[in-house]
Amino acid sequence: MVRMLPNIIRNLFSKPVTVKHPFVKREPFPGHRGMITFDMKKCDLCQDCERLCPPVAIKVDPEAKTITYDPFKCIYCYLCVTNCLQRAIRGGPAYTPPAYQKEIVYYKPEE
Amino acid sequence: MSKGAATRKYTVFPFGPQHPVLPEPIQLRFTVDEEKIVDVGVNVGYIHRGVERACELNDYQRNVYLCERVCGICNVMHALCYCMALEKLVDVEVPERAQYLRVIWAELNRLESHLLWLGLLADAMGFESLFMQFWRDREIVMDLQERTGGNRVIPSTCVVGGVRRDILKSLAERFREDMVELRRRVDKLAPVILKDPAFKRRTVGKGVLSYNDALMLGAVGPTGRGSGLVKDIRLEGYQAYKHLKFEPVVEKDGDVYARTLVRFYEVYQAIDLILEALESMPEGEIRVKPEKWPEGEAVARVEQPRGELFYYVKGNGTNRLERVKIRTPTLANIPPLLAMLPGYEVADIPVIVLSIDPCIACTERITQVKKGGGS
Repeated sequence: MVRMLPNIIRNLFSKPVTVKHPFVKREPFPGHRGMITFDMKKCDLCQDCERLCPPVAIKVDPEAKTITYDPFKCIYCYLCVTNCLQRAIRGGPAYTPPAYQKEIVYYKPEE
Repeated sequence: MSKGAATRKYTVFPFGPQHPVLPEPIQLRFTVDEEKIVDVGVNVGYIHRGVERACELNDYQRNVYLCERVCGICNVMHALCYCMALEKLVDVEVPERAQYLRVIWAELNRLESHLLWLGLLADAMGFESLFMQFWRDREIVMDLQERTGGNRVIPSTCVVGGVRRDILKSLAERFREDMVELRRRVDKLAPVILKDPAFKRRTVGKGVLSYNDALMLGAVGPTGRGSGLVKDIRLEGYQAYKHLKFEPVVEKDGDVYARTLVRFYEVYQAIDLILEALESMPEGEIRVKPEKWPEGEAVARVEQPRGELFYYVKGNGTNRLERVKIRTPTLANIPPLLAMLPGYEVADIPVIVLSIDPCIACTERITQVKKGGGS
């Protein structure tokens, strides 16, 4: 009991270790592999990312000129980001936000 | 067994596959005489995922990401072992710096796993505050993984031929500070593990596995080392371990307490290894691109937090593999577990079962389906 007493008093006045999540957001560290975005102006629909993606989260349709990306299937390995020849895929330290729809469809703008 | 047992007034009860103590889907069927365990049978195959088959369908470079997901806790070890086997097939010499980086991430995994396990053991015996304190300190390791690897749990850093990320000087400094901080925090918890009478009463003399049994039944990792078996794959000197100085932690008693001590001292060992690797890491390249398709057969072994991990890979000269065989340490540790249990009381079951650190989802390679339902 005597040994525990300082610890108990310290715990009464110290801050909690946990973060109050919805009110305080935990920022990812620099270099964190987060949400991926496609720059359709640069993309030439070569389908390299589709072939590389381990969980098949990216689908490229060259005829309809669209890319369908599923952030919930994605494992954030960044193979597509590092291998894109046009540098059209960008990533950064940001957590994937919750969403109503699983898939995000990107359209290539008309020239 | 059950018919004969019923006449002798034994009770048979199942522990798992879904049980509050052990979230792992393994079923242990206990035959008990009042409170004492007489016999135990095992049933696995509830969570077969077909990883080996999936490995044959993928491109061999993408398999790294699949193999990492065999086990969430020791993901770097799985990627490392797969890459080591593949590097033998494609004749690639991994650069020195990449070998050190791999060791650093592997030891971070070991720290993560052991701190998690120490917390789980405390939870299994109802010691909630120790559980929370171990998991609080584990956050340091998780944050370091996110800082260096880019992801909190699965850093995805190993590739065939090297690593994908480097640890820069500024980050290495941060690494050192965090490791010193972690050692200070684990030092604070050490008296509980080493001296606390309540902790010792639940662990000392429980689930004894003798040296001979451990040897005969093929115990690996901390389960074997807790019984005095000097068996550590890291001693073979794969990757950068050949340049680092360390002694395997061995305890002689063979009970749950000995296995706890092995893991507890391995936390210190892992911190020392990381600091040493950061100190002696050479400069240079971190990745070499393989220039041919894998052909032939290869085997690789790695020391996981739970024991020996084994990969067998067979390639046929195309970009897909013909066969991948994975043996995780829990499969080797199930027979010793069955030998440990008889003779102890029902209240000791959670602690003894947890003492081998079971990871059943990684273990499952077959599933039994019997005609007429039930398995």
